[in-house]
Amino acid sequence: MDKQVALEMKNVSKYFGSLAANKNVDLTVYRGEILAILGENGCGKTTLMNMIAGIYYPDSGTISVDGQEVVIKSPKDAFRHGIGMIHQHFKLVDLFTAAENIVLGVDDGGRYNIKEVNSRVSEIADRYGFNIDPKKKIYEMSVSEKQTVEILKVLYRGADILILDEPSAVLTPQETDKLFDVLRRMREDGKSILIITHKLHEVLSISDRVAVLRKGEHIATVETAGTGTSELTEMMVGKKVELNIDRPEPENVTARLEIKGLSMTDADGIKVLDNVSFTARSGEILGIAGIAGSGQRELLESIAGLCHPVTGEILYHNPKTGKTEDLRDKDPVAIRELGVRLSFVPEDRLGMGLVGNMDIVDNMMLRSYRRGNSMFVDRKKPGDLAKRIVDELEVATPNTRTPVRRLSGGNVQKVLVGREIAASPTVLMAAYPVRGLDINSSYMIYNLLTEQKKKGVSVVFVGEDLDVLVELCDRIMVICAGRVTAMLDGRNTTKEEIGLYMTKTERDSDENKGKESAQ
Amino acid sequence: MNPFLDYLLTSIPLGMTFLFGCTGEILTEKAGHLNLGIPGIMAMGGATGCLALKFLHNTSCPPALIAIISILAAFAGGIAMGAIYSFLTVTLKANQNVTGLAMTTFGVGTTKFIMSGMATDAMQYLYALDYFRFPFAESTNALKYCGIMVYLAIIIALTASFVLTKTRVGLHLRAVGENPATADAVGINVSLYKYTATCIGSGIAALGGLFYIMDYSGSYEAYKRIEELGWLAVALVIFTLWRPHLSIIGSVLFGMLYIAGSRIPTLLGIKLDISATPLLQMLPYAVTIIVLIVTSVRKKRENQPPASLGLPYFREER
Repeated sequence: MDKQVALEMKNVSKYFGSLAANKNVDLTVYRGEILAILGENGCGKTTLMNMIAGIYYPDSGTISVDGQEVVIKSPKDAFRHGIGMIHQHFKLVDLFTAAENIVLGVDDGGRYNIKEVNSRVSEIADRYGFNIDPKKKIYEMSVSEKQTVEILKVLYRGADILILDEPSAVLTPQETDKLFDVLRRMREDGKSILIITHKLHEVLSISDRVAVLRKGEHIATVETAGTGTSELTEMMVGKKVELNIDRPEPENVTARLEIKGLSMTDADGIKVLDNVSFTARSGEILGIAGIAGSGQRELLESIAGLCHPVTGEILYHNPKTGKTEDLRDKDPVAIRELGVRLSFVPEDRLGMGLVGNMDIVDNMMLRSYRRGNSMFVDRKKPGDLAKRIVDELEVATPNTRTPVRRLSGGNVQKVLVGREIAASPTVLMAAYPVRGLDINSSYMIYNLLTEQKKKGVSVVFVGEDLDVLVELCDRIMVICAGRVTAMLDGRNTTKEEIGLYMTKTERDSDENKGKESAQ
Repeated sequence: MNPFLDYLLTSIPLGMTFLFGCTGEILTEKAGHLNLGIPGIMAMGGATGCLALKFLHNTSCPPALIAIISILAAFAGGIAMGAIYSFLTVTLKANQNVTGLAMTTFGVGTTKFIMSGMATDAMQYLYALDYFRFPFAESTNALKYCGIMVYLAIIIALTASFVLTKTRVGLHLRAVGENPATADAVGINVSLYKYTATCIGSGIAALGGLFYIMDYSGSYEAYKRIEELGWLAVALVIFTLWRPHLSIIGSVLFGMLYIAGSRIPTLLGIKLDISATPLLQMLPYAVTIIVLIVTSVRKKRENQPPASLGLPYFREER
């Protein structure tokens, strides 16, 4: 074989305390290939890559580049050996231009001349087919442009081995295709690309070989051409799992929440919600798909009474009294009393909903402190509830008095969702409830939502994984830049279709409206 | 001389007190550290400078050298204060506001202590002053204060501006203040930049205190007013939107506003009660608040404070 080894890891282990993040991993990467690193959340993919990129230092084992054993103690060392990593969370200075970010930290000894940097950046961008203006400020850029800057940053430093940590997590399917084209061009240029992912179809479409990790151990490296989804899944999770999420047909569907013509502008005067209308019905899961920041947060917050839309109506059909009420006239406490529950899981998880420094019981009390007649708070009932949630949802915690901050992400989310469900809601809104969770915890959350649906609750689920939305939701509403671009039947749609609507510009949808009215 | 021109020329040297403090604080803030200890650091600069005079005035040291040594002593005093502040806020990650305020209390108090031990024969130390006023020491009436320290203040401000916008070091420093995690990831030594910027910034600010005591007022009693001038220097940072070259003009404007109480009535030919002077001395703060409001309303990203200003940087948090 004429394939040249670019990077080799032998017997690499890394421990965090007594926990093995990676155990005796062997990995070989060739020049001019795309190697996918596949595994569940928490299986040690990112830790392994971080050791190559110099973020972590292996406890044992060796890494060699081009046959030479090397010691990589910092990202700078990694760059010296031609290794660059594109992190999942972008590390860019918002106020700087693309070129300034790219040249940051590069000291080639020469004079600092931003014009030269600009032209060199354009040159590299042209070679691989990126589309970027080096003088554009980061804060004016879209997510995919920012990712381009990150990749260029690594290329500018002359990296031959690129590591991409879940590059498609923030992109639409169309943007992902574009990125993959660029990666293929880099491969032809002789670069080695390692791509961390847990999306199987991406692995199959882009990689030459796949290395599968499970619980920190290297299971196997296989040729992509000779494998398939089921085999990879089996290697990844160790046992055959049913990928299908249980989706019973909705029963006794009645309109529960009617949103009519909701519009809202943010502090900068930009429309974040533009004439949003939809109906959420009892006994079904309504999925909301869209690129992060398209107005999902504002929409849920206006329903919960946390922010105030400019125009429109939010009508709530109370199942107990049969009356229709406008939630816009009510404060958040009154809305919650009606049974409209928001288990909002924002990016930092603890930001809204839970207080990190308080224990699980105290966090339960955040919802119940108004009850009781005595001037002293009652800790007994919340304590019982906390115990029940810990038992039923299998929250891994020493006891209910542990500060929530110390729990892992999945357990924090279980506590939050568990608390909101315990209040027997009539409307349950969950935004990104599975972000950062492993497959098992995710499925537990999905099952919880489905259970609520069976009880006749109207569930609104904001998700980012389109595969899950398509499998879980009865109907899927797609929003783009604050506008509803589509309302799709969850059983008869594909994620490609959703992806299209997610990126629909205003003009496109206006044309569509024209067509619709013509019909 | 034209009374307005005279007013302007008198304001220039006073403004330089602010300019030293302001340039120093801009460098510190660009590294993401809000140093509210600037008034204390400026006072300490004056004190350590005077201390050098105290020890040297009876020796055979030539006066010019004494002047230079006291400037260096003031700079060193500022660096020492900056080092304490950086150790507390960078290494120990203490709250920057609290630490800064403590530095002010500490600096002003220590200065009082040092200066009180100097009261009896203080006047004779100040003879070294003439060497500060080189080269236009004896020229026209209003320009007489424009000595070497005035030019030094402007040169330092312009240099700081150049370093921040046109050099690699400046780019790295701004990156540290905007997003230290990013800077860290590309191999910039975040702590080193924070320490260096804070210490050098404090040293520069300290020169302002020395300048005010020994050059502008020529009286050891002047240390009592440094604290309030130091707060104006901090306000000037916001007023000039973190741009050292703008702060040259800003500092002169602040100087004009600060002495407006005694000058404007004369210029306009009106009589103003002496009790109104403190009200007029508030003008610089009022103007700063207006600038703050205007920039917050306009929300231009370039005019906002460094994004991680006041936040400690923990490497482990990813």
